[in-house]
Amino acid sequence: MPKPQITSFAFPSRKEGMPLGPSAVAGVLVEANAGWRTFRPVINGEKCTRCQRCWLLCPDGVIERGEPYFQIDYNFCKGCGLCAYECPVKAITMVKEGDSNG
Amino acid sequence: MVKSTGLKRRDFISANDAVAYGVKLCRPEVIAAYPITPQTTVVEKLSEFIENKEMACEYLNVESEHSVMSAVMGASLMGCRTFTATSSQGLLYMCEMLHYVSGSRFPIVMMNANRTVAAPWNIFGDHRDSLAMRDSGWMQVYVENGQEALDTIIQAYKLAENPKVLTPVMVCLDGFVLTHTYELVDIPDQSAVDAFLPPFVTENKLDLAKPKSLCITAPPEWQTEFRYQQYEAMKEAKKLIPGIDKEFAAHFGRSHGGLIEEYRCEDAEYVLMAMGSVVGTSRLVVDKLREEGLKVGLVKVRFYRPFPKEELASIGSKVKAVGVIDRDISFGYEGALYADVKAALYNSQGTCPRTINFIAGLSGRDITKENLEMMYRKLIKAAQGQAEEEIQFVGLRWEQW
Ligand code: SF4
Ligand code: SF4
Repeated sequence: MPKPQITSFAFPSRKEGMPLGPSAVAGVLVEANAGWRTFRPVINGEKCTRCQRCWLLCPDGVIERGEPYFQIDYNFCKGCGLCAYECPVKAITMVKEGDSNG
Repeated sequence: MVKSTGLKRRDFISANDAVAYGVKLCRPEVIAAYPITPQTTVVEKLSEFIENKEMACEYLNVESEHSVMSAVMGASLMGCRTFTATSSQGLLYMCEMLHYVSGSRFPIVMMNANRTVAAPWNIFGDHRDSLAMRDSGWMQVYVENGQEALDTIIQAYKLAENPKVLTPVMVCLDGFVLTHTYELVDIPDQSAVDAFLPPFVTENKLDLAKPKSLCITAPPEWQTEFRYQQYEAMKEAKKLIPGIDKEFAAHFGRSHGGLIEEYRCEDAEYVLMAMGSVVGTSRLVVDKLREEGLKVGLVKVRFYRPFPKEELASIGSKVKAVGVIDRDISFGYEGALYADVKAALYNSQGTCPRTINFIAGLSGRDITKENLEMMYRKLIKAAQGQAEEEIQFVGLRWEQW
């Protein structure tokens, strides 16, 4: 299932718009959540073999499979570095946030 | 070998057994159980029904009352009708989960065998356990005898599961005096209960076709709105309760009065208000004093939450004195029921009848007919202007009462 896009959420303007009890429809992302990232993983599409290991292991599920190469959703990537550590061909590098070569 | 528990139309059973029959007739899909005196025989009886294949139901033996409430909450979250029962220390132990259940709007029905709370430790009845749960968001109903216990279980599901209500109900029975006392109880036919209580259908459940999160975290921006929903649900319940009792009467030929039940109140000038089994004894005392020509009446406060404020105020506006029997005491103030009744009486009009709070029946001490007669006589004297303490502990051992 593709990850949902960030959508804006408006509080119900009338009480009839409230959900029945405290509940929320699943699969709705209302805000980006990546504020604590210090290093960002950057995939080198030339080196990447599409083995899917990073896609499988990312604890946040924020790596998207695609062509020309895999993409990381920086709205949610926490910068844990697990993908870079696990990539068998070292196609991912961790780049300090704010540095330009990413 | 478990003995057969075949249905009869009328049986000589304990109120705990009556509760078990009531639950069986409501066809719950999940029951979670943890024993505590004097509740245990309810879940024991239900386990017998299931063992004997008289009931198709998942029966979960768990390790604590906290887990009991968590387990039935999980089942309710899947859309199942559920039941459990507890008492006293067990109720206090599940306190945290009571709030989870009511806040998440799961219409669980639970029986509480009213028993005092330690210390001093004691297994006998008073209302200090359930009244301590007043603000847990559960409805509370107090019954007078085994028949009302059975019937109220059936009514409780009907009320709790109404889509406008979706609020759990605690059916409270006085420990031992009701739970372990045998009486003749009519056991309705399954078909009659099925006609009165349809299967539980809810939108507030996990459903793969409509994925959602339940029992969510809500930030300050949302809490007030969800609390308002709970407040409105209770108000809705209050409107529905008398109608459910009427509908029950139409199906089964018995009524228990809805929010309250009045006894000989039409022209009464001195009225006692009480919850639970003491109402039964009080009826006899009212009859005796009526024969003496005293205009006494009695009000069974059946529902404590939602509270029958308008109903009590209307009676209060017509009488000279109101006595409230509390099988509890809110230390530092007065009896919990009394405080609420008095507020109801004052809110409705500028004036208020004379009121006295009788703290009685703590930890299973009997409330005798003599005690009740004395309460009425004190009310009459108070109405005539005689000084009476507002809060009175009935029958203190060093006092003449
Ligand atoms: S750094 Fe961590 S969170 Fe970000 S894509 Fe890699 S594994 Fe996922
Ligand atoms: S683990 Fe490395 S090689 Fe495998 S898909 Fe991810 S980036 Fe490409």
